[in-house]
Amino acid sequence: MRRPDFSSVVLWLGLLFIYLPMVILVIYSFNASRLVTVWGGWSIHWYLGLLDNTQLMNAVKRSLQIAFYTATAAVALGTLAAFAMTRIQQFRGRTLFSGMVTAPLVMPEVITGLSLLLLFVALAQVLEFFLGVTFDRGMLTIWIAHTTFSVAYVAIVVSSRLGELDQSIEEAAMDLGAPPWKTFLLITVPMIAPSIVAGWLLSFTLSLDDLVLASFVSGPGSTTLPMEIFSAVRLGVKPEINAIASVILFAVSVFTLLMWFIFRRADKRSQLPPPEETSRRRTPA
Amino acid sequence: MRRRLPLPNGKTLVISIPYLWMFLFFLLPFVIVLKISFSQAAIAIPPYERLFEYSNQALTIVLNMGNYIFLTQDSLYYAAYLGSLKIALITTLVCLLLGYPMAYAIARAPRDRQLIYLLLIMMPTWTAILIRVYAWMGILSANGLLNSTLMSLGLISTPLQILNTNTAVYIGLVYAYLPFMVLPLYANLVKHDPTLLEAAQDLGAGRIKAFWKVTVPLSRAGIVAGSMLVFIPVVGEFVVPELLGGPETLMIGKVLWQEFFNNRDWPVASALAIVMLAILLIPITLFHYNQAREMEKK
Repeated sequence: MRRPDFSSVVLWLGLLFIYLPMVILVIYSFNASRLVTVWGGWSIHWYLGLLDNTQLMNAVKRSLQIAFYTATAAVALGTLAAFAMTRIQQFRGRTLFSGMVTAPLVMPEVITGLSLLLLFVALAQVLEFFLGVTFDRGMLTIWIAHTTFSVAYVAIVVSSRLGELDQSIEEAAMDLGAPPWKTFLLITVPMIAPSIVAGWLLSFTLSLDDLVLASFVSGPGSTTLPMEIFSAVRLGVKPEINAIASVILFAVSVFTLLMWFIFRRADKRSQLPPPEETSRRRTPA
Repeated sequence: MRRRLPLPNGKTLVISIPYLWMFLFFLLPFVIVLKISFSQAAIAIPPYERLFEYSNQALTIVLNMGNYIFLTQDSLYYAAYLGSLKIALITTLVCLLLGYPMAYAIARAPRDRQLIYLLLIMMPTWTAILIRVYAWMGILSANGLLNSTLMSLGLISTPLQILNTNTAVYIGLVYAYLPFMVLPLYANLVKHDPTLLEAAQDLGAGRIKAFWKVTVPLSRAGIVAGSMLVFIPVVGEFVVPELLGGPETLMIGKVLWQEFFNNRDWPVASALAIVMLAILLIPITLFHYNQAREMEKK
């Protein structure tokens, strides 16, 4: 047996630090006692209670809808953006373009949220003045906000895959007479499919998780799930919240398994030399 | 020589759709924030006065510096900016100290295990930050798991006040942002050539010296990317200080939220956002160039 080195010990401690609070949360969600800190035996009472909570269930439905549309739009825009950044060497405003695509990754959410809200308010004034149309904030504005910051994540994931691709396959297709759009759809898209799927799933979770942007740009009657949870959590720890949080954790775990499956397949395909070759290290004599 | 791909016919279309979207919904809003930061709060819908007034066939523009002057006069804002920067700096350092060995261990693990470790690190980032922070509320509260465990062990007699202090904020921030440090560091460390370390050792450097002289300098880009991914969002963080912090926790994200939602002072909130953006401009530019350079290397 090899003595575990320092970095492995830190890795395991780090993983323990990350997962222990979540495990505790899940265990307490099965607590029969109303007092969250006292153990009163096992029960699924709080989970059954969730189903009767129509306000919460409506928020879940709304959040899932927004997440679905966000992921779909973000994948379309993000793939185009990634393609522009990796395949088109020169165009006017390229620096600005790549800046606009990567900046939402780090931009504090309160700034993005505030600025989008002020845009929507200005837009409503303009529409009202020129067309006499009233423009209300709601699911549409949340969708726009979520799509805008998800595009950045999709663009990063897809462009790293586009960068690895062997461009000679695309060139061969075009030499054989395929127009660029056909080459893109029949050659490029199948090759980057795993990262497109990963980008879609990532945008879906990003949208489902967001509290700050949604709080700024939502309107009356468009409360999302995180907003419902936030207003309940502000008042303290509650058993119902433990249950809904555990359901979300379970969904994310299933999603993680799915990602493992996708990545492993993509990894095996792109890895030409056998894995032993890459992981074997020569030991100095 | 490698032949460059002929530009697709729909080139303009490919560029202009995402370009237009990001311009309209990411860049343009900042211009509006800047504009409103110069206007005056009013009891109206929307709650600010117009900047441009067209009357008597003349366009008058009233630029009101009052919001910015107001920010300098109240020491609360000054303290909140400094507090945010201090908390972000300490969080980044702790994440780096904890994340570097973790990323290093993952990068040296067998290839199929690397993927599992990576997913274990990424999984929390797919879970709402709200839920992860909420999990800590239950653990840290006065009659929570940590205090009751310590008391039943006889280590303390009265519960420790951890929730609603800066300690809880640091725990929550490190917990929430650790993955963002580990992932870019791993992406960098996994590309290192192990023969370089062997060469250093063959030339007489010890393992520790070889690590400091070879591995650390080579991983600079990963350190920069990870640190920026933690530092910049933490400066504007709202959820963690709101739920885990107390009255002593002064962070600008929370102050901006209160100005906007509680005081309904949109112009002051806008001015706060503009100053925050100005402070973050240097780290954001640093992050952007670091990313661009890494992308070109490929």
